[in-house]
Amino acid sequence: MSPSITTSSEANGNVSAATARAAASAAASAEAAGPQPVTLAKSLNTALVDAMQADPSVLVFGEDVGTLGGVFRITDGLTATFGEQRCFDTPLAESGIVGMAVGMAINGMRPVIEMQFDAFAYPAFEQIVSHVAKMHNRTRGAVKLPMVIRVPYGGGIGGVEHHCDSSEAYYAHTAGLKVFTPATVTDGYRMLREAIDSDDPVVFMEPKKLYWSKDLVDLAALRSSYMEGTTAGRTTEGRAAVARPGTDATLIAYGPSVPTALAAAEAAALEGRSLEVIDVRTIVPFDDATVCESVRKTGRAVVIAEAHGFASVSSEIVARVQERCFHYLAAPIRRVTGFDIPYPAPKLEKYYLPGVDRILDAVDDLQWEN
Amino acid sequence: MTISADHTAREHASPVPAEDALTEAAKKFGITAEDYMLPARHQIEMVDPDGRLKPEGEQGTEPGHEYPLPGDEELLAAYEQLVVGRRVNDQNSALVRQGRMAVYPSSHGQEACQVAAALCLSDGDWMFPTYRDAVAVMTRGVDPVQVMTIFRGDWHGGFDPLKHKVGIQCTPLTTQLLHAVGVAHAAKLRGEDTVVLAMCGDGATSEGDFHEALNFAAVFHLPVIFFVQNNKYAISVPLAHQSVAPSLAHKAVGYGMAGERVDGNDVVALLAVLDRAVALAREGSGPLLVEANTYRMQAHTNADDDTRYRESAEVAEWRAKDPVNRMRAYLTDRGLLDDSVEARIAAHAEAVATQLREGLSEDVPVDPQELFRHVFAKQTPQLKEQSALLADELARDAASTEEAGK
Ligand SMILES: Cc1ncc(C[n+]2csc(CCOP(=O)(O)OP(=O)(O)O)c2C)c(N)n1
Ligand SMILES: [Mg+2]
Repeated sequence: MSPSITTSSEANGNVSAATARAAASAAASAEAAGPQPVTLAKSLNTALVDAMQADPSVLVFGEDVGTLGGVFRITDGLTATFGEQRCFDTPLAESGIVGMAVGMAINGMRPVIEMQFDAFAYPAFEQIVSHVAKMHNRTRGAVKLPMVIRVPYGGGIGGVEHHCDSSEAYYAHTAGLKVFTPATVTDGYRMLREAIDSDDPVVFMEPKKLYWSKDLVDLAALRSSYMEGTTAGRTTEGRAAVARPGTDATLIAYGPSVPTALAAAEAAALEGRSLEVIDVRTIVPFDDATVCESVRKTGRAVVIAEAHGFASVSSEIVARVQERCFHYLAAPIRRVTGFDIPYPAPKLEKYYLPGVDRILDAVDDLQWEN
Repeated sequence: MTISADHTAREHASPVPAEDALTEAAKKFGITAEDYMLPARHQIEMVDPDGRLKPEGEQGTEPGHEYPLPGDEELLAAYEQLVVGRRVNDQNSALVRQGRMAVYPSSHGQEACQVAAALCLSDGDWMFPTYRDAVAVMTRGVDPVQVMTIFRGDWHGGFDPLKHKVGIQCTPLTTQLLHAVGVAHAAKLRGEDTVVLAMCGDGATSEGDFHEALNFAAVFHLPVIFFVQNNKYAISVPLAHQSVAPSLAHKAVGYGMAGERVDGNDVVALLAVLDRAVALAREGSGPLLVEANTYRMQAHTNADDDTRYRESAEVAEWRAKDPVNRMRAYLTDRGLLDDSVEARIAAHAEAVATQLREGLSEDVPVDPQELFRHVFAKQTPQLKEQSALLADELARDAASTEEAGK
């Protein structure tokens, strides 16, 4: 076998720039100019294509990601385009997938691995907690693990048990992991590219109920701007987004709950209440500044998340905001989260999931003067 | 199977079906694939406990499982490392008793495995050791004091894995075997001929990652040698409670790889078996599983009391099979070892022991700010805040100590 794939360190410098430009211009000419309806699935897939094109050390593997293109089709076409060495199916063993990715990352690769569903990542928990999260620290920074663990997560798709968990708290609680979760089509592309480019391991939580939702996006422009580095300095890591500006109260949400929060803000506007919606985007690192700036401005906040409320990301957000914004608060911070029960069967999930009404009820509770 | 310069596939490379690969390997030896995968009927042993070379017919070899005697130079080098390894084990145990080190899982009695595991590899190869394999890591060339950092307690590991191509000594059982698989896979994709040796104990073979690692290595046809030191116990639990397989080496056939058993107190046989395993793996014959039959002469660690679960008669029986004495007798008998060589080797061992004593008796200053430094490659604002908090706390402590001293 002749030498074939180069290491990420070599690749980052030279090869990638030219190929990236070529890919970008090809992409630009292939796609219709201007904003088009694009799904989150498409933007994630495009991010994988572009990352693999830009850096030969980027490898994609997991269960059914090859010929099938993944059960959600996020890896569609990668094997056909890049070959079976760069996108391939593994035996069915999640610990094996993550553990092998650790070894590959130690040895110069940038693996992007897929866990088929949230709850099927649990067999890999030991590898994630004991190695992915700790390798950089235990080797005093000698070994970096530039790897991405993609986890389709959350409910709202009528899935049966073990297919709808919101598992972000496990990862967010683990020191040494970064945890990203996009809520928009544009962020899907940018955040996945950033996660792959990151020298830290990233658990990339994809809200599966948003896979097929569309935004109007100029994908060609997005791709070329990322590739030309014009998005540099505007990274999403550690930067929450103001998804909708408002003045009366702040809704803090991430991933699958962002569209729900936006719908609630829209409904509240009809009732004359102006709600600001913050999309957390990266749970780790958390953007205290943006979130607190909003809460200090509005004086009221509701945190929304699908996951169980107890000992959760939402409880962490409440604690952080309370510690930092206490004197600005006109009311206790409220939460709208999933109940503390195992994820319900499909016919019951509508009672479980945070919805617009429940959010508006919580907003009504924020001790308004009149 | 290559990726072209622009990193897109030109040929569609199907992995070589494991079946064909094994048939290929078996063909080399004129045996069936099954006979290639199954360990020989008896373990491979070359030098008996009294240091006598066994007659060829009694070495456990058979067609396709033949092992030439390693060269004299290799054997002398191995003996030197055996003596050093024994000294290191005993020095470290003493340092634990003196409170210089938090804990030391000794490989006393298993030095032949430790030494052979390191000596069979080339510079470009990788090793993934466990907590018990400090001697193997040192034999591979890592500074002894750096190796012991993990047990001294000032950090989790003391050496750079990339520099030495040695994984950090791993405690979560068999998790490191998958890292070995990944390192081998990456090397294979780049067309490098790296071989990776991955180590674990007998009890650890019950873990799920053992299974996943062997299966991945076999399916992706990777040059990994899984080296199991069967020292008969997992802390207190004897092997019979872990597995009722005919031997641990027999597990290989279930994955479609070759397995072999070897006398783990006979460094000659170990080198013979591991050298061939490395050569086969490097040639592209896929992964191999080697089980070394040895014994943990001391308690699991200093914190363990082995009288609670095993008879001293059993330990005594194994003392008679000691790997160091055996090799000394063999080499002396062969005329390769005389008093002057022995004296030089003893001095070497003593120098390493001194290095350990001095290196570990130093009170290494720890830097509290290092707690935050390596968690991420790119620091988070939260850790910056916490590091400032600790700095402030320490500054106030220092100020009040100074105040009190006035
Ligand atoms: C996943 C996991 N479970 C339990 C332990 C605790 N533990 C440490 S060593 C050990 C025994 C391992 O025995 P074996 O694999 O035979 O290796 P040996 O210690 O004999 O070298 C156990 C149970 C651990 N380190 N990791
Ligand atoms: Mg054991």
